[in-house]
Amino acid sequence: MPFSVLKISLLFLLLVTMTQMAICRIIHVGPGKAFKNIRPALLEAKDYDTVYVYHSFYKEGNIVINKKIVMIGVDQPVIDGDKKYEVVSIKSDDVVFKGFQVQNSGFASLNDPGGIKVYDANDVVIENNLLENNFFGIYIQYGKNCIIRNNRVKAYGIEEQQIGNGIHCWKSDSLQIIGNHIQGHRDGIYFEFVTHSIIWCNISKYNIRYGLHFMFSNDDAYINNYFEANGAGVAVMYTKNVIMYGNTFKNSKGDASYGILLKEISDAEIRGNRFINNTSALFLEGANRMLIHKNVFSGNGWGLKIQANCMDNVITENNFAGNTFDISTNGSLVLNTFNDNYWDKYEGYDLDKNGIGDLPFHPLSLYSVIIENNPIAMLLYRSFMVTLLERTEKLIPSITPENFRDDRPVLKPYDL
Amino acid sequence: MKGITKFVIADILKNRIILFYALILGVFSWSIFSLEDNTSKGIMSLLNIILLTVPLVSIIFSNIYMYNSAEFIELLVSQPVKRSAIWTSLFIGLAVALNVSFLVGIGIPVLLFVPFMTGMTVIITGMMITTIFVSIAMLCSILMRDKARGIGLSIMLWLFLSLIYDGLVLFFMFQYADYPIEKPMAIFSALNPIDLARIQVLLQVDVAALMGYTGAIFKKMFGTMTGYLVSLILMLLWIVIPFLISIKLFNKKDL
Repeated sequence: MPFSVLKISLLFLLLVTMTQMAICRIIHVGPGKAFKNIRPALLEAKDYDTVYVYHSFYKEGNIVINKKIVMIGVDQPVIDGDKKYEVVSIKSDDVVFKGFQVQNSGFASLNDPGGIKVYDANDVVIENNLLENNFFGIYIQYGKNCIIRNNRVKAYGIEEQQIGNGIHCWKSDSLQIIGNHIQGHRDGIYFEFVTHSIIWCNISKYNIRYGLHFMFSNDDAYINNYFEANGAGVAVMYTKNVIMYGNTFKNSKGDASYGILLKEISDAEIRGNRFINNTSALFLEGANRMLIHKNVFSGNGWGLKIQANCMDNVITENNFAGNTFDISTNGSLVLNTFNDNYWDKYEGYDLDKNGIGDLPFHPLSLYSVIIENNPIAMLLYRSFMVTLLERTEKLIPSITPENFRDDRPVLKPYDL
Repeated sequence: MKGITKFVIADILKNRIILFYALILGVFSWSIFSLEDNTSKGIMSLLNIILLTVPLVSIIFSNIYMYNSAEFIELLVSQPVKRSAIWTSLFIGLAVALNVSFLVGIGIPVLLFVPFMTGMTVIITGMMITTIFVSIAMLCSILMRDKARGIGLSIMLWLFLSLIYDGLVLFFMFQYADYPIEKPMAIFSALNPIDLARIQVLLQVDVAALMGYTGAIFKKMFGTMTGYLVSLILMLLWIVIPFLISIKLFNKKDL
C-alpha cells in the first residue's frame, strides 16, 4: 500500500498548518513601515496575527485590543494617553503585550482608567513594559490565567485619593504576578477577590498606602517579594489559606505603619520572612490558625503586636533580636503558643546544655503593656525607674498575663 | 588662671582615684562590648552607667574635692588673683579631668564598637552629663559650708534627678492620662538633664518604636535639628546657670 493511514494523516496535518500559517500574518507599525499608527493596524489585524510596533511616539487616545494578537514593542515604543484616555484596553483572550512604554493615562474615579487594563479575558500576558505616570498601572478585572511579568510600574502620587494602584486585580483567578517593580502608586499590588494566584519576586516600594494590599483573596501565595518604605506597609484582610514565604518587609515607619497587618485571616502560613526596622513588624487582629515560623524580626519597634482576639496561632522558631519590644498585646487572654523561639532578651540559663533555656521566657514586657494603654509613657522608656519596674514585673508578674510565655526559648539564634 | 587650672588637673590626676574611675569605666565598657555581639543591647547597658554612675561619681568627687581644697582656695584668695579666675580654673580643672577619664574609659570602646552617629551621641551626652554634675557639685559646695551637709545635698540632688524625677513624671502621666499631656510631659522631661541625655540616645537606638504614636511629638521636640540644638542648649544651660550662681556666691563669700 503506497499510502498508509499514518502518512495520509500527516499530510493532512501539514496542509492544515500551512493554511494556518498563511492566515496569521505579521504586521509592522512604525515610521517608514506599512502602518504609521497602531489603531489602523489593529483594525486590519485578525486573530493570531503578530503586530510589531517600532520605536516612536504614539498618541492615539484609547487603544483597544479585541483580537487574539501578539503585540511586541521593538526598542520600547511609547504609547501616550495624553492624561485623558485609558491607554491600552485588552478585551480579548490570548493577547500578548510586551516591550512597550505606556504613559500618562487619564484620571477618573468613576471608571478607573489604567495604563494597561484587561477586561474579562483569559490567558493574557503582559510582559517587559514600562508604565509611567498612569492612574492605575496594570488593571485586571475578571481575568483568568493571566501573567504579568517583569514590568516596571512607576507613578508620582502625592495623595492617596488622586492615584490608583500599581497592579490592581479584581475578581480574577490563577494570575501570576512575577518580577515586577512598582513605585509611587497608592497600593503597590492590590488584590480583591483574586484566587489561586501567585505573587513572586516583586519589588514594591515608596507607595503611598500599602506595598501589597489584599482582601477576600483566598488560596494565594506570596513568595520572595520585597516591600520597603511603603506608607503603611502591607495589609492582608479577610482572607484564608494564604502562604507567605521569604518576603522582606523593611522600613515601614509611622504610627499606622506595619510590616504586615493581618486582619481576619485564617489558616495562613508565614514562613522565612524578614522584618527589619519597622515600627510594628507583624500586627495580628482576628487572625486564627496561623503558623508563623522561621521568620526574622530585627530592629523593629514592636516585633509582634498580637491582639487578644487572635487564637490558635503557633509562633515558633523565629528569631527576635534588637527589637524595642518583642511582643505586645491588648488583653490578658492568651490562646496562642510561643514556643522554641530565640529571644535576645532572654536571661535564663541552660544547665543541661541542650540549647534550650531551663526557665520559661515572658516575652511580654510590662512597659509594652503600659505603652499600649498610655503611649506617651514612651518618653520614660529605659529610664532607671522603668527598668526597675520591669525587673520586678519579670520576677513577679502581676500586670502581664502569667501564661504568656515561651516554655522552650532557645539560646542561640536560628540560622535563617 | 592657666597656672591654677594646670595645677588643679595635675593635683586631681595625682590622687589616682580619677585613674581608677577611668579604669573601671574602661573595664565595664570593654567587657560589655566584647561579651555582647548585639551593639544596641550593649549601648543600653552602657546607658545605665552613663545615666547613673557617671553623674554620681562626678558630683561626689567634685564636691569632696572642693571641700578638701578649702585651704588651698583660701591661700589663693590671699594672692593677687581674681576670685572668679580661681573658681573658673577649679571648674575647668575638675571638668577636664573627669571628662578625660570618661573619654578614655567609655569614649574609646564606644567609638570602636558602635556606629559613628550613635557613638558620638553617647559620648557627647556623657560628657555633658559629667560637666553638668561638676557644675552642680560646685554650687552645692558653696551653698553649704558644712562638708557633710554639702555632700548630703549633692547626693540628694543626684537621687532626685536620676530617680525621683522620673518617678514623678510617671506618676503625673498616669494621673492625667485622660488629658492631652503629650507636650507638657515632653517639656517636663526636657528639663531634667539626665532625661534629656536618655532621650537623645533613645532617638538613636529605638528609632523604629519612637515612630509610633508619640513619634510626632518626639520627632518634633527632640529629633529634628532644632530639637537637637534645643536639647544641647538646655544641657549647656544646666552647666552655665549653676556655675554662674556659684561664682557669684563665691565672689561675695566671706571665707
